[in-house]
Amino acid sequence: MNELHAGLAVFLLLNVLVGLVRVARGPTFADRMLVAQLFGTTGVTVLLVLGADPGRSALRDVALVFAMLAAIAVVAFVQLVPMGGQDRDR
Amino acid sequence: MTPRTVISAALLILGGAFFLAGTLGLLRFPDVYSRLHALTKADNLGLGFVAVGLSIEAASFALSVKVFIVWASVVLASGISSQLIAGAAFRAGVAPAGKAPPGEAP
Amino acid sequence: MIPPIDLLLATALPLIAWRVLATDELPTSVVLFIAFGLLSALAWARLDAPDVALVEAAVGTGLTGALLMSSLRSMERPRPPSPWRARAIALVAAAIAVALASVVALLPRGALGLGPAVLARSEESGVAQPVTAVLMNFRGHDTHLEMLVLLAASIGVLSIQHGTASHGVDTAPTSSVVMMLVELIVPALVVLAGYLVWRGSRAPGGAFQAGAILAGGAVLLLLTRRMAPLSLERQMVRMFLFAGPVLFFLVAAVPLGFGGDMLEYPRGWGGSLILGLESALTLSIATILTMFFPQGAPAPRRRG
Repeated sequence: MNELHAGLAVFLLLNVLVGLVRVARGPTFADRMLVAQLFGTTGVTVLLVLGADPGRSALRDVALVFAMLAAIAVVAFVQLVPMGGQDRDR
Repeated sequence: MTPRTVISAALLILGGAFFLAGTLGLLRFPDVYSRLHALTKADNLGLGFVAVGLSIEAASFALSVKVFIVWASVVLASGISSQLIAGAAFRAGVAPAGKAPPGEAP
Repeated sequence: MIPPIDLLLATALPLIAWRVLATDELPTSVVLFIAFGLLSALAWARLDAPDVALVEAAVGTGLTGALLMSSLRSMERPRPPSPWRARAIALVAAAIAVALASVVALLPRGALGLGPAVLARSEESGVAQPVTAVLMNFRGHDTHLEMLVLLAASIGVLSIQHGTASHGVDTAPTSSVVMMLVELIVPALVVLAGYLVWRGSRAPGGAFQAGAILAGGAVLLLLTRRMAPLSLERQMVRMFLFAGPVLFFLVAAVPLGFGGDMLEYPRGWGGSLILGLESALTLSIATILTMFFPQGAPAPRRRG
């Protein structure tokens, strides 16, 4: 079972890294905030898969923290960052 | 290879496929709204399948409950977050692909 | 054969760090930095350091994210350093990297360090989790002093923010969707923090992790204007802020009066004392970290 877990973890991490390309490219800030969604789902899953190993169950707690705190970044974005129209920079 | 292991493996692979779909959508869809849609929905489904797959072979019931709690938190947090991001983009006037920006005549 | 996931993380981290610094657009920088923090948390997880992974996840996402979003508003496009300066910096950074790498390479293979000694005596310390035992008992002095350093830092931050905090965070009008999310998450964060403090005696967890999570919740309340900015004039703030360091000092100093050493826990009381200390520390750390978040409008930029 461990090979499947390891392979899945690598696959998910690759998904995250590829997703970061879109995050970096934008063009709007909303596109960039997708990083929170990306890590909030895929990152959490990676941690759950890694945490399935016996002796690594603490990683599930880390997954919980990921899930909840990614939302804080989104709230900060909504409350604080003025997205100026079609301004490419924001 | 007990049936349990086989089912669990199948679910994990299925979950992975949904994540792939989400990433493809993130890269290829033409505007932020559809990307958000793809990422949130597909990834959440992927997480669901992986979570079920992992809890089937979890060592104890308590651990399965924890996996369930993580899944429920992600569903709530990411679901609401996607609404927030989309709302912010909409209010800022980001145009859906092929259409006029919100507020202008189509 | 190095596991592929470790290889992937080891290549991705420097790559993203480079992009954070090399990119022209600030928003990209900010967002990639948050991603870097989360990937670091994964790296800590792979290095079998879940306690650190917990802190990195809590601080690197919510707190750092909110802090950077807040600073985006008042930041201008950075000017690149002059070529000579850039080269000098690169040289120093490369030298440090080489030094660190050689130290790591020269570490004796299979050295266990102090691990076995800690594990052998962790039951005596009152807690089963070795990291907590080291932090709160065997090296309790260090944690005590770290708390005082954090306290000093928070006072420094307060003095910078003095005068701007009264207006509250300058936010967009809060939508009901945001409020729904906040009303769901903040209680969950409080429960999560309590759970981690309690777990700290048996499993990864403890005051820093719980404090960072509570700070995240407090930042949510600040962002939605449900909580007034923290100022030392409020008694609750003062109590929370000083609870940890004061309690720690008392626990450290009292044994002196009974002929013992400083910070020598009485036999059998280790576990309860540590739990009490961790709870108080959680409140203090949460307050301090929340104070690092700009409580009001940023100070006007000085010319030149």
